[in-house]
Amino acid sequence: MNTALVARRAFSLSRQQLFGLTFLIIAGAMLFLFALSSDPGQNSTFVLTAVASAQKTELPDLVLPTQATIFVLTFIVAFFGGWQLARGFRAVNALLAVIIFIFIFAFLTWADRGRQFNLTGMLIASLVRSTPIALGALSGILCERAGVVNIAIEGMMLAGAFSSVVVGSATDNLYLGIIFGILTGGAMAAIHAVLSIRFRVDQIVSGVVINILAAGLTSYLTERFLSVHQELNDSGALRPISIPFLVDIPVLGPVLFENTLIVYSMLFLLVAVHILLFYTRWGLRTRAVGEHPRAADTLGINVFKMRYINVILGGMVAGLGGAYFTVGSVGRFDELLTGGRGYIGLAAMIFGKWSPFGAFASSLIFGFADSLQQKLAILQAPIPSQFLGMAPYIATIVILAGVVGRAIPPAADGQPYEKQ
Amino acid sequence: MPPEKNWGCSWPEQKPHRGADLDQAQAEATLEKAKPVPLGGRAALRRGLRPLRLPGLALLTALIVGAIFIIVTDEQILAAAGNFFSDPLGFFTLTLGKIAWAYAALIQGAVSNPLDIIAGLFTYITTGDNSTFLRSLRPISESLVRATPFIFAGLAVGLGFRAGLFNIGAEGQLIMGGLFSVYVGYAFTGLPIFIHLPLALAAGFLGGALWGFIPGFLKARVGAHEVINTIMLNWIAILFSRWILAGPLSRDGFVPISPNVLPSAALPQFFPNPIRFHAGFFLALGVAYLVWWFLFKTTAGFELRSVGANPSAARAAGMNIGRNIILAMVLSGGLAGLAGTIDVLGWRYNMGVDFAAGVGFDSIAVALIARSHPIGIIFSGLLFGMLRAGTKQMEAIAHVPVDIVFILQALIIMFVAAPEIIRLLYRIRVERGVEEAVLTRGWQQK
Amino acid sequence: MTIALEARNITKRFPGVLANDNIDLTLEAGEIHALLGENGAGKTTLMNILYGLWQPDSGEIYVKGEKVVFQDPSEAIARGIGMLHQHFMLVPVLTVAENIMLGQESVTAGIFLDRVQVIKRIEALSQNFGLEVDPRAYVKDLPVGVQQRVEILKILYREAGILILDEPTAVLTPQEAEELFKIMRNLAQQGKSIIFITHKLKEVLAVADRITVLRAGRVVGTTTPQETSEAQLASMMVGREVILSVKKKPAQPKEVVLEVKDLHVLSDRLNPVVNGVSFVVRAGEILGLAGVQGNGQTELVEAITGLRPAVRGEIRFLGKEITNAPPRRVLERGTAHIPEDRQEDGLVLPFPVHDNLVLNTYYRNPFAHGLALQEKAIVATAQDLVEHFDVRTPSVFVPVLNLSGGNQQKVIVARELSRPIRLLVAAQPTRGLDVGSIEYIHQRLVEKRDQGCAVLLVSTELDEIISLSDRIAVIFRGKIVATLEASGAAREKLGLLMAGAEAT
Repeated sequence: MNTALVARRAFSLSRQQLFGLTFLIIAGAMLFLFALSSDPGQNSTFVLTAVASAQKTELPDLVLPTQATIFVLTFIVAFFGGWQLARGFRAVNALLAVIIFIFIFAFLTWADRGRQFNLTGMLIASLVRSTPIALGALSGILCERAGVVNIAIEGMMLAGAFSSVVVGSATDNLYLGIIFGILTGGAMAAIHAVLSIRFRVDQIVSGVVINILAAGLTSYLTERFLSVHQELNDSGALRPISIPFLVDIPVLGPVLFENTLIVYSMLFLLVAVHILLFYTRWGLRTRAVGEHPRAADTLGINVFKMRYINVILGGMVAGLGGAYFTVGSVGRFDELLTGGRGYIGLAAMIFGKWSPFGAFASSLIFGFADSLQQKLAILQAPIPSQFLGMAPYIATIVILAGVVGRAIPPAADGQPYEKQ
Repeated sequence: MPPEKNWGCSWPEQKPHRGADLDQAQAEATLEKAKPVPLGGRAALRRGLRPLRLPGLALLTALIVGAIFIIVTDEQILAAAGNFFSDPLGFFTLTLGKIAWAYAALIQGAVSNPLDIIAGLFTYITTGDNSTFLRSLRPISESLVRATPFIFAGLAVGLGFRAGLFNIGAEGQLIMGGLFSVYVGYAFTGLPIFIHLPLALAAGFLGGALWGFIPGFLKARVGAHEVINTIMLNWIAILFSRWILAGPLSRDGFVPISPNVLPSAALPQFFPNPIRFHAGFFLALGVAYLVWWFLFKTTAGFELRSVGANPSAARAAGMNIGRNIILAMVLSGGLAGLAGTIDVLGWRYNMGVDFAAGVGFDSIAVALIARSHPIGIIFSGLLFGMLRAGTKQMEAIAHVPVDIVFILQALIIMFVAAPEIIRLLYRIRVERGVEEAVLTRGWQQK
Repeated sequence: MTIALEARNITKRFPGVLANDNIDLTLEAGEIHALLGENGAGKTTLMNILYGLWQPDSGEIYVKGEKVVFQDPSEAIARGIGMLHQHFMLVPVLTVAENIMLGQESVTAGIFLDRVQVIKRIEALSQNFGLEVDPRAYVKDLPVGVQQRVEILKILYREAGILILDEPTAVLTPQEAEELFKIMRNLAQQGKSIIFITHKLKEVLAVADRITVLRAGRVVGTTTPQETSEAQLASMMVGREVILSVKKKPAQPKEVVLEVKDLHVLSDRLNPVVNGVSFVVRAGEILGLAGVQGNGQTELVEAITGLRPAVRGEIRFLGKEITNAPPRRVLERGTAHIPEDRQEDGLVLPFPVHDNLVLNTYYRNPFAHGLALQEKAIVATAQDLVEHFDVRTPSVFVPVLNLSGGNQQKVIVARELSRPIRLLVAAQPTRGLDVGSIEYIHQRLVEKRDQGCAVLLVSTELDEIISLSDRIAVIFRGKIVATLEASGAAREKLGLLMAGAEAT
């Protein structure tokens, strides 16, 4: 008997009203916090042209009257809230996303009053910061679609980040560094695979082992070698590659077509994993193994082999995500520099219902929250930076609480397979 | 067909159950019968030591692998390995020497240097000056001091495991416990110690319990997985402590360190400096016993374990799963909160930003090695306290980074969780045993 | 006649059990060969060996006279062996076509699935063998009977000449089973050879060409339907004379204990599965609830025991309303529940026997004083119950995990029947048990009735319902379609009702 489901059902009776109320509260918050605390005469200026870009076109700045804009936005949210309370919407999760988006925009308008703020820059930062999260989520999808829970994404990333910067520095070749990052992620995943598939260790415990091991190994080696040989921890960072002509598209150009190799790889992997999962033999077998391994076994599919392949591939994707933190951005490794992004990737995977595009969409939200925190520091918003830093974590909790009830994981996820 | 007893459909008003009227002697006799027959001395010893075999071998193996790791990451040894064929003896002496040196430092840091003790005793007997002797005992004291929070946090994680919950949030709960207790410890003035100290302890428990309640409530109400939520709450607690220690709780409004707790909130210490051993250790032993009693000897503990081992059956038997999940997370969080409190009130007396330093994460290993048994956790907690104290010495003397302790830990968890590896390595039978505490169940909610 | 498959001296040992002991089996081409035996007789073990899922400890297998060794099922599949598993081996979230092609996918460009091609082949097969199914439908949306057709198509898609059907009728109504037998005969006529595993005697006599009986891992004998009878097969299966009916006195129903009125309940997927059920159970009678698996019985029982919320309707216990009461209150009022899934809902497997015996009374006197458990009282009571309910266990300190299925069920029965109760809800109380345990549990149910308990027996085994019940209610798609006196209920009529035919 599924008790959580029963609990959830009791909860869902008032779910409609709950959401409606939440929306109205958000509208109220917008009214009191933003609209009434800004002056009628103030304007918010949003810059739409990216700085330091190869883009040739220039867009005029978007100047909005602060208070009027916020009033309009508040009205829209209040309308949705009232409608939700009275009638209810079907796609309430999507609506929630829209309303959060509006709220954030109102917030930006308020914080930006009387100042200038580069919107395109923030979108760029969002995509860049969502890259490791999306790669983590893709890594999770590869493993979990085959029935192996992967909370070791964090550890795989950490290991990948470390080895890519060391190899990148030693060989003076960033691409070689990335390849080693990928391989290291795969190696950590191989340990996870052996523990959870061959030895049937509880998959979450095995994931914790990988995370502690990766933290220990990288910190130990940093202490032992990198603190002495500083030159091994200085690889330089990847440069963005702009794609001619496409980069000139207003706003979208600099956001999508002027990125580093790792961001492009993430976008490529996103499409590739989707196609592989749903349109190929390999994907069909993967999903079968994750849903009903015994059925697959009776048809002569090697469950263990499929799981090994998937987990190791997943680890390699996480390793690439790890490379983002070093050669993909700052060019050096610091202890525990992944800062929980692997776990957030996991949450993005769940929020995205184990599908690549869903996971990417939720990664974007986290990336956005991440970059928002950074930009607000620049805007000198009167909120302590630590609280802004909590935003992605709180968002994860809220999203899990609101959504996980509807997200159904692969049926055999987390269960070791035994041939009886 | 059994003889007819009063098991019919009649509905007796009183004493619905049999067994009360069974005479005590018979009941005792049955209990007696169930106990294992005493075997010969050696066999009994072997039987008694059996539960220690797996963790013991896991520790040994981890130390061996750790040693190999130290060897292959040592530049001097690597250089010697390059000359292996011209000077094999040199390579071996260097390697063995380094490992012996490192692990000797570990033991010296964890227990003591026997020579120091003898010298200290000698001084004490001859001159009556006990300071050298006490100083020689400092490593043991350090191990015990460091073991104390591990025992509390290990109990926290272990209690969660028993209830089928994986509380990775001990770290955050520990920080919250520390913050609460430090505040009560310095801000409440004019209280006598027998009020102030219990109050500060209770506040620490409360802080952790609050931080455990959130994921417990979310799991019980909406089925959100506690693993992710507790991890998220760890980060939130860390950021929160950074903010509050730099602001409202800062001792001078600038440095991120809290004021010191008042002496009336401090746990008593027994020896003069530098022996920091304090009453918290005995408190840990008492709480471990209490947790054992709660889990195995009370109805509430019975419920908790039933819910952990099979929630469906527990529910069908009339137990309230949601309430038990919340209770378990609150207790677990509270115990973790005490782990932070005990350090604040025992020897730190204040809180800084790097307060928890991974104790909460390490407690997962503490609980796993003890298979979530409260009494076992005392011993695995001691082991970890010694490792912590020892690796510090190892870094100071043998220049092996303290991070080696994480690697050892990961290896220990791995070997304990996969006994088959130990079995393969040592070609022995390690019975998988009936594990009552199921750890986790993936994302599926039961 | 040529021989399609031959097994010689197959032996398979599991820790503590000799599952197959020197078994010989010969399957002729184009025949339907029934393999008959009790639960645990070794039928499934033998079939899993023939299908390559397990390897025998000793013995040989010949396909069309050629010796083979199967390392895994794909080798058996390559030799033309297909298996219909007792528990369907279908992935619910995939489509029919995806399930059928899984493992033998048609692809374009080396990797991409060629769904069009696969659907064409499936449609052709459907027509050839009269197995109608929509290849684009998702398996989770199909009724059980259709899912079984998908399973058979899966085998035919692999061009198997030998079909192993493991208890295929367990989930079907008698009418659906009849339909399946037709398909089986059709397949045999087209040259396919079929091994038909079952423990139902009537079916064997109806459809098989030859019958092999297994008992305790050995072949007892091979015969044909013409040479044997139901009684003879039964004694071959069990090794002694079996009383096929339960002895009981006529019922003396008294006051109404359980009353269910217009009850509506949702499934896990929030589909309505109990749609306006009403009935009463009186003290001193057994009400049998007959129905094919998956017609709302599980959810109905869970609603009565408080484990699942009722969205509408009323449940009354001795006149007092207990609709949506928490499970504990339902238990304390005097309801005993023998759950359908005993390992999932009835027992905490790693706990010792004595803890399982107080799983729902641990907090009451004399097992607890306040917060403290009274171990002595618990153990003493457990010793007593184990003795009186004939639970075979080395001691009450052994984890229930180590007990056999029959003894696990007896632990539940002992726990539930030793409490003072007025209502006993027994869901599939004998599923998967050996004949000895079945007889024992049947006797306890009747005994409870005679003591004045109201008994609600939910079972998918029509024979069990007929032999135990005083009145029979038939449930179909979440509705009670008829309630009959047991004396006047004919098998055929019940079968029709279970299949949804209107009561007349």
